[in-house]
Amino acid sequence: MVIFLVPAFLFMGLFLYYPFVMNVYNSFCSIDGLGTAAAGMNQPWYENYKKLFQDPMMATAVKNTLLLMVLTIIFQVGVALLLALMVDHIRAGTQFFRTVYFFPIVISATALGLLFNLIFLYDGGMVNQLLQMLGSTEVIDWKDETHFLFTMTLPVMWQYVGFYFVILVTGLNNISEELYEAAEIDGAGKLQQVRYITLPLLHNVLCTCLILAITGALKVFDLPWVMMGEGIPMNLSWLTGTYMYHQTFTMGDVDYGSAIAIVIVVLGVVIAQAANKIFKEKDY
Amino acid sequence: MQTADSVSLAKLKSPGRRFGPGKLFLYLLLSFWALTTIYPFFWVILNSFRLKGLIRSDSFSIPFGNSFTLDNYKTAFERVDILSAYKNSMVISTAVTVAVLLLAGLAAYGMARYQFKGRGILYSLVIASMMFPVFSTVIPVFRMMFSWHIVNTDHLFLSQLSVILPQIAGNLSFAMIVLTGFIRSLPIDLEEAAYLEGCSTYQIFFKIILPIAKPSFVTVAIFTFLWSYNDLFTQMFFLRYKDTFTITRLLSEITSIAGVNYGLMAAAVVLVVVPVLAVYVILQKNIIRGLTVGAIKG
Repeated sequence: MVIFLVPAFLFMGLFLYYPFVMNVYNSFCSIDGLGTAAAGMNQPWYENYKKLFQDPMMATAVKNTLLLMVLTIIFQVGVALLLALMVDHIRAGTQFFRTVYFFPIVISATALGLLFNLIFLYDGGMVNQLLQMLGSTEVIDWKDETHFLFTMTLPVMWQYVGFYFVILVTGLNNISEELYEAAEIDGAGKLQQVRYITLPLLHNVLCTCLILAITGALKVFDLPWVMMGEGIPMNLSWLTGTYMYHQTFTMGDVDYGSAIAIVIVVLGVVIAQAANKIFKEKDY
Repeated sequence: MQTADSVSLAKLKSPGRRFGPGKLFLYLLLSFWALTTIYPFFWVILNSFRLKGLIRSDSFSIPFGNSFTLDNYKTAFERVDILSAYKNSMVISTAVTVAVLLLAGLAAYGMARYQFKGRGILYSLVIASMMFPVFSTVIPVFRMMFSWHIVNTDHLFLSQLSVILPQIAGNLSFAMIVLTGFIRSLPIDLEEAAYLEGCSTYQIFFKIILPIAKPSFVTVAIFTFLWSYNDLFTQMFFLRYKDTFTITRLLSEITSIAGVNYGLMAAAVVLVVVPVLAVYVILQKNIIRGLTVGAIKG
């Protein structure tokens, strides 16, 4: 029996738990380069954490990530919920919509990043060409200071709508058809049925989506990295993930990178716990 | 699958409603979203066959006659070593998938079928590990593997290994959760019968559990493979030399290689997306079903 469990847990111990603990320790140390051992504790030991609060780019990264999280919850889960409710009311083509909506999730975010780079290209991208055809004379730079948030967050949200859609549709399928029939006999309209039957019964599935959206927003890396690279425009577009990579690799500040990674974990755990408390799972 | 069938049955039984304007509106809205997911890919495929000069002025028409070209693909294969990147990706993702299936399968069997002290704790450890993102482990992993001399080397096999190992670890917990849930839901009678017939535990695992649990293993395999293939962060962290690049890693560099050659960029995107698209269309039922199992239980 032990032999079944040992390989997997040995592996996770060596490549997940041990590095995780080491990373906490590293964040208090001074490290000269990737791959080198810590040269000793920082003076004072909490130096990196002090720096976090004084670093304007870190503030930007946290702000953007939190914003992305809120947008994710509202639009990703929101659009997915609307689509799922609509699909639940039709009979033909549900399988088709399911397949098509889920499709962007299996595509690498790197490829999507390049694709959206072409779409939002300043000089002759898809959107700007479309605007031109519609008679607009102004050419919009989608990555400038006023537009970059939209340009960066839209693809991320668009990609994962299908993920929540599939989860919600499965949840909807588990609601018994008889409840709706009973409600209809009692004279409840379609919207009332959604309000008083569907949404309450979907509560737990929505909670799951909420937690997934929160932790998912903290893991976003590939798309913003490909589209926004080193924080363009003018260090405004950092997210916690891309900023951690930037500090670790480009700036070579490995211990500070470790501290940022800790912030990512703490944010995830704290916000997910809070959300769990507020929208507690209920039994029906 | 079962739920989907029973629901469609239930819907058949419920009194039919006619196809009114309301329904039409629903279909319009649903089709609109479908368009947003399909059209961008359609658009980039179109433009990968267009003369590169025309992409920025006339990107919506169908490339035909004078504007049609295969040059973008020719450039892609000439200027960028796409084939060897494909090969590297295949080696890495296949190795990760096989290892994850084996390790997670065995562990899931142990977790699902044996009662022992600390099982609850082990299971929470697995769940907890899904909470720490790759950012929080990657630096110490790098250092560890650096001391084994398998990163920062242009040795092909070793640098592949340096991506394979962390990716296995990253996918184990998801795989274990899905597989444990599935194996636990299987009736135990068959295994008891086999045990009484004198089968060893290994024979039971390989001859009975693996065949019955095949659908969930397939799902886990697909997901692990796709994650590994698409995961840019780990690949960026560990792959430093051009010869060792995977297809995703190569793609992340394409902007600096292509410059303003948007035709090449479109072709490169298509070349990365098409294999995944093919796999998805063939296996989409397994993919979607597996996801819901994992997400709801996880």
